[in-house]
Amino acid sequence: MPFDINDPFVWFGEWFRGLLENLGLAPGAVEFIQTLLGAFVLGTAALVATFFLIWAERKLVARIQDRLGPNRVGPYGIFQTFADALKLVTKELITPTGADIVPYNLAPLLAVMSVVGVWAVIPLAPRLTGSDINVGVLYAVSIGAVGTLGIMLAGMSSNNKYALLGAFRTVAQMLSYAVPMVLALLVPVLLAGSMGMVQITEAQHAYWFIVLTPFAALIFFISSIAEVGRAPFDLLEAESEIVAGFNIEYSGLRFGMFFVAEFLHAFTISALTATLFLGGWQGPGASEYPLLGLLYFFVKTTAVYFVVIWIRGSFPRVRIDQMNSLNWKLFTPIALAALMFTAVAEKMVTEFSLNRMLVHLGSNLLLFAIVLTALRSYARARRREQEGLALRKSNLQTGSSQTQP
Amino acid sequence: MTSLQLVFLLIAAGTVFAALMVVLSKHLVHAALWLILVLAGIAVLFVLLNAGFLAVVQVAVYIDAIAILIIIVVMLTQRAMGPTKMHVNRNWGVALLTAIVLFAGLLALFNQMPALQSQAPPFALDAEILLDDLGLSLVDTDRYIIPFEVASVLLLAALIGSIMIAWPRGSASEEERET
Repeated sequence: MPFDINDPFVWFGEWFRGLLENLGLAPGAVEFIQTLLGAFVLGTAALVATFFLIWAERKLVARIQDRLGPNRVGPYGIFQTFADALKLVTKELITPTGADIVPYNLAPLLAVMSVVGVWAVIPLAPRLTGSDINVGVLYAVSIGAVGTLGIMLAGMSSNNKYALLGAFRTVAQMLSYAVPMVLALLVPVLLAGSMGMVQITEAQHAYWFIVLTPFAALIFFISSIAEVGRAPFDLLEAESEIVAGFNIEYSGLRFGMFFVAEFLHAFTISALTATLFLGGWQGPGASEYPLLGLLYFFVKTTAVYFVVIWIRGSFPRVRIDQMNSLNWKLFTPIALAALMFTAVAEKMVTEFSLNRMLVHLGSNLLLFAIVLTALRSYARARRREQEGLALRKSNLQTGSSQTQP
Repeated sequence: MTSLQLVFLLIAAGTVFAALMVVLSKHLVHAALWLILVLAGIAVLFVLLNAGFLAVVQVAVYIDAIAILIIIVVMLTQRAMGPTKMHVNRNWGVALLTAIVLFAGLLALFNQMPALQSQAPPFALDAEILLDDLGLSLVDTDRYIIPFEVASVLLLAALIGSIMIAWPRGSASEEERET
């Protein structure tokens, strides 16, 4: 079969199938081997990419903080992570006394599994998706729940108070931020009329969803950063407060798995943001040349990932009460309102056109104005309250001082 | 018996075993972990029955909630982290009777369903169509809108009730004193 530039992935799949069938395997076995190998390649690629993600992140954060970053191993220090990984592998795996053995060993596996599992439904290019299931968005949410579980298990089974405190914080944070994240996720689902990632990407052919609903995109992005537990939401491993959080007792490769899961998770949420709001692989010429689509997808994902690192390098850590009030008092109501506004706007204009874009954008601007007004009046009320308090205090002080001339 | 049926039976047996361990485990946190295995087993059963949507919802709703359950167990019970005694008290006979009656009742109900009486499997439909049908039936006045709304009102009442219980008493007067 000749190589087809318009459909390289399908061509490769067919070629590989032919190869296996020539070996004399049954069709069922061929299907099984193909699926298994596909999952293996996707998972391994995601994990190997993490080596370079860690390097890129260290280098970028170093530049933001006016340092050089890793620059010894290989050109620009690009192999630094490999050296670190080798060191991690050779370290002893310590199990603390009184640890709950089975959950203790299961936790790092669950953490990695929940992150790699998301890649199964992300459409990387036209006709290149791990698994095109019709509830892809819901799947991505539910496999994230397994990650929360892994962290909870780690904190609980380590027999360490700091680990337990870190796990409590993590679960509180992850579960709270899952609410606005899922609500914001429903907006692209509503716009595309499908829960499948492939259909959502294809629905963004004319306009990316970030143009239609910038609000939902922003809320999804910020709350997924919180969901990953990255700075400025890295309360779960606040060194100054709870030493290192849920993974304090883990060493060697087990710690490495948590570490890899965290970095890959940041890249995964960038990929999700790119897929749901930035059009995924959509771009000029992408449907004719799928390889171009793959390039577009990774360019968009990397751009979002850069913003994640930028935020990490720029913002100080938020306090736990700020984290909670931001979520419950601001993000959840806005996400609910954005969902309702989108539903109404979607009913007003049904055809895919410029009008639809303008109506959605208009409804978002209206929402933006409402939120700004509400925030302003809230800030005013707070200021008046504090000014009144300060005034009363100073009145008391001056009143007492005036009595003694 | 096909291989799929064999897998189904094995997983069902595993789920039942895990469910027994939930009741018999001596450690409260372990009981919660066994419960996760039960719910995951049910999710796998849903997948084997071509109900992918229900499987995903099962994982999203229940396994996330278990983490909270573990927290509550650890925070609200005394020495939950240490070894504890058997969690079977003298009401086990009544509980067993209730479980058996409930199971028998469900079995009797399911046996009256016409789809189960016929031999042919009813789900020759596309998963997408089934999902659409599920969504529509929840807002259809002829079908399940009343149970759906009743359930949501019940949940809302539970939410408001829990806020009322958790509301600190006399906090309003304290705030007045402060300001």
